[in-house]
Amino acid sequence: MQRLKVTPFHSRTSALMQGAEWRRWGGYQVASCYEMVPDREYYSVRSSTAMFDVSPLAKYRIKGLEARPFLQKLLTRNIQSLVPGKVIYSPWCDSRGKVVDDGTLACFAEDDFQLTAAEQGEAWLKRVATGFQVTIDNISDDYGILALQGPTSRGLLNELVGEGIDQLGFSEAASFEVEDVPVWISRTGYTGDLGYEVWVKAQHAEKLWDRLVEIGFSFALMPAGIWALDVARVEAGLIMLDVDYLSALRTESLAQTSSPFELGLGWSVHFKKGDFVGREALWREKEENSTPYRFVTLVMDDLAYREAFQQVGLAVDLPVQAWRGMHPLFDAQGEQPGYATCGTWSPTTQKYIMLAQVEPAYSAEGSELLFDAVVDRKRRKFPCRVVKTPVFETSRKKECYAKV
Amino acid sequence: MQKYDAVVIGGGHNGLVNAAYLGKAGLKVALLERRPVVGGATITEEIYPGFKYLTGSYLISLLRPQVIRELELPKHGLEILPLESTVAPLLDGDYFADWPDHDMTRQEIERFSRKDAESYDEFNATMRRIVFGVKPILDMIPPDPTSLEPHDLAQMARVRGTLDRMERRDFHTLCRLMTMSAADFLDEWFETAPLKAIKSTSGIIGTFLGVRSAGTGYVLLHHYLGELNGVPRAWGFAKGGTGGLSQSIARSARAHGVEIFEDTPVERILVENGRAVGVATAKGDEFRADRVISGAHAHPTFLKMMDPGDLPEEYLADINRWRTRGPSCKVNLALDGLPDFPAIPKNKRALLRGSIEIAPSVDYLEKAYDDAKYGGWSRRPFMDALMPSLLDPGMAPPGKHIMSLFVQYADADLKGGWTEQKKAEFLEVVVDTLSEHSPDLKDKILHKHIMTPDDLERVFGLTGGHIFHGELTLPQLFFMRPSPQWANYRTPIKNLWMCGSSCHPGGCITGAPGRNAALEILSEVKEQVPV
Repeated sequence: MQRLKVTPFHSRTSALMQGAEWRRWGGYQVASCYEMVPDREYYSVRSSTAMFDVSPLAKYRIKGLEARPFLQKLLTRNIQSLVPGKVIYSPWCDSRGKVVDDGTLACFAEDDFQLTAAEQGEAWLKRVATGFQVTIDNISDDYGILALQGPTSRGLLNELVGEGIDQLGFSEAASFEVEDVPVWISRTGYTGDLGYEVWVKAQHAEKLWDRLVEIGFSFALMPAGIWALDVARVEAGLIMLDVDYLSALRTESLAQTSSPFELGLGWSVHFKKGDFVGREALWREKEENSTPYRFVTLVMDDLAYREAFQQVGLAVDLPVQAWRGMHPLFDAQGEQPGYATCGTWSPTTQKYIMLAQVEPAYSAEGSELLFDAVVDRKRRKFPCRVVKTPVFETSRKKECYAKV
Repeated sequence: MQKYDAVVIGGGHNGLVNAAYLGKAGLKVALLERRPVVGGATITEEIYPGFKYLTGSYLISLLRPQVIRELELPKHGLEILPLESTVAPLLDGDYFADWPDHDMTRQEIERFSRKDAESYDEFNATMRRIVFGVKPILDMIPPDPTSLEPHDLAQMARVRGTLDRMERRDFHTLCRLMTMSAADFLDEWFETAPLKAIKSTSGIIGTFLGVRSAGTGYVLLHHYLGELNGVPRAWGFAKGGTGGLSQSIARSARAHGVEIFEDTPVERILVENGRAVGVATAKGDEFRADRVISGAHAHPTFLKMMDPGDLPEEYLADINRWRTRGPSCKVNLALDGLPDFPAIPKNKRALLRGSIEIAPSVDYLEKAYDDAKYGGWSRRPFMDALMPSLLDPGMAPPGKHIMSLFVQYADADLKGGWTEQKKAEFLEVVVDTLSEHSPDLKDKILHKHIMTPDDLERVFGLTGGHIFHGELTLPQLFFMRPSPQWANYRTPIKNLWMCGSSCHPGGCITGAPGRNAALEILSEVKEQVPV
């Protein structure tokens, strides 16, 4: 029988699964939620440590004399200063300046890099690599990755691999050993919190998992699924492929594509570095100020929302799982200057938040829009307001723990 | 000498809420706290190094969402972690569990009774509908039903309006629940003894009545009035303990300009020409203000800080007959590792992260009351245990744990008084009782600490050690709390207000008395609260 691929941690994750809540990610099967309700898994991100199996991330080892020039051409971000031990985030675009995918790039040596992406997309990398002296190895199946995210993650890893973990600043990475098993740990994540991602060769994945669970008990470690991750990443204002944007390679119309400027990634577009795929189109977009939408976080008036439920005799239905989809946003005149792509009740900030694309005129903090929501079978409009992205921020994320 | 628009007595959570709202509306506010730290009984204290004890309240559910939102408590550090399951280890080695998931709970109940598994859905739906109808009353200013004043009539109409949301049969169920005992009410629904036991404990928390005493039905309902993230009846644990909550309110209050004076006990409320004009502190300072608001218990407010001659006799009689004899103790244990509860199956250890109720049967609970009601204590007390360090690892050093135990019954008026020896004896009773369910507990105890009703009074100023500032029984609810005609947060003394749990809607961490009083005060100063 044909089945979805499973990750190297599957024997362990499937043993924890209580309610068969699996989902697809890049051709793999991963947990949406292990327990029957996702609350505890979410809260572990903010109060202890959540352990996410993020092995389905596409992973590439990029080597060769021209590895760096190739990556400069591929990515919108200038990686000239990327040195071994550092990791950066960048999107990459097609020649129309529309985002293809986004991910992190780590440098091991001048001619040796490692790129991750949300989805498999080797063909695009190879197309851009034409003419460069570079080899691109798809190592996606070779490694398992566990994201350990939350305030106690450092203490936990300290126990696992020793004090060296304290030397890792935000967006730094290093190799360690866990009982003779080599692991590579980067201080990165997708939650906006203190967190690390631990890479391990697939054949040692279960051993790493078991060791983490054992040590993790004292640190209130919880294996957590994508539903928990989703709420955390919306709070952190981090975009997700296929939710907040579609890959330019897979859209059916130009209107469905997004430039980095539309996704709030303008900061990662570096024109001064020289040529890169999409540069011309992005330069024109910037010069003409023609970006149709801006990426914002919205907070909906939850007291009005509660009141609406109260009026019809119902307890308020706050989404504790993030919803996804295109939801129209209206202005006072009934025009539709934008749309929300996902939303959730944010338990940590106690706010109903959404990520959205809005016309530039509505993108300033404090701009007011109306969101359409269903209350007991009827659509109602609720006021929402543009706020600073992200709504959740913690000093833990980038705090320096290295002993001087 | 500075003059304030308002001076608030007591930095318990309601005093803080009240001060924060007044500060937010632009009033110049001083808050005076007797202890070196604000929070009142909403506090976390590191009595044993490295272990954060919950010496007072321990869980949150009734905290009004408006308070969280309007005072921006998350911005000021409030994080509430949901507490999901409840488990009761039973004396025969079995256990009973209530999970956050409908199907899982159903499976647990079916082990005992298929019929109860069915009734459970209907019970929950009924309670939800009743709660839905009743909940708006939490945010109401209690009217005087005998008054024909327009504002009283308007409030009465609002009270009547809540019935419009309720089906007739639910209203009748509500009336019966309000007047019955928790156990009798549950008998009508269920046959499973441990299910009835853990449900009925909500009816006796903080209350010097047995599960079979009339009136405990309301106390049960009271504990159903909360929510967390919109989920009715959900309870949560504030990160850092309930002190984390009170500190977040204090930060919000300070951000709104409230001046908080800790270590500043109020000795006297200054009354001139029948009006409150400020307070005098034990340090000899005076704080003059246009109004004085007491978050303290009604007894110290009126019987200690005032000259009885300033109060009408009728009012004084109400305050004097106020029932505030507490039955509750708070125990904290510092543990060297997790204790084992053999009744809880190994593959269900997640239950240790929730409430662990030592309440094996309704009769056990009733006996616990019987033992205590003549000036004694339960030989085998009821306990609501929680290991917060499993939810928030910061509560104890790595690998270590704390256990918070809410314990009943122990009479505030213990025969012979709460001497140090009696205190130690009862602490042993608690540990022994718990050890019946967890044999390795004693070996793991690094330190233990008890707050008896006497300590609750001495440390937090709760007269009789009553955690709700007085019983939540019909004669002391709504327009009777603390005295008929003076339930709208006003007092017979002009410009003297009340804002604590001695007022509607009573105890638990609700923030409602503090907020309601503030809104009422502000409507008088003709200011609107900017939302």
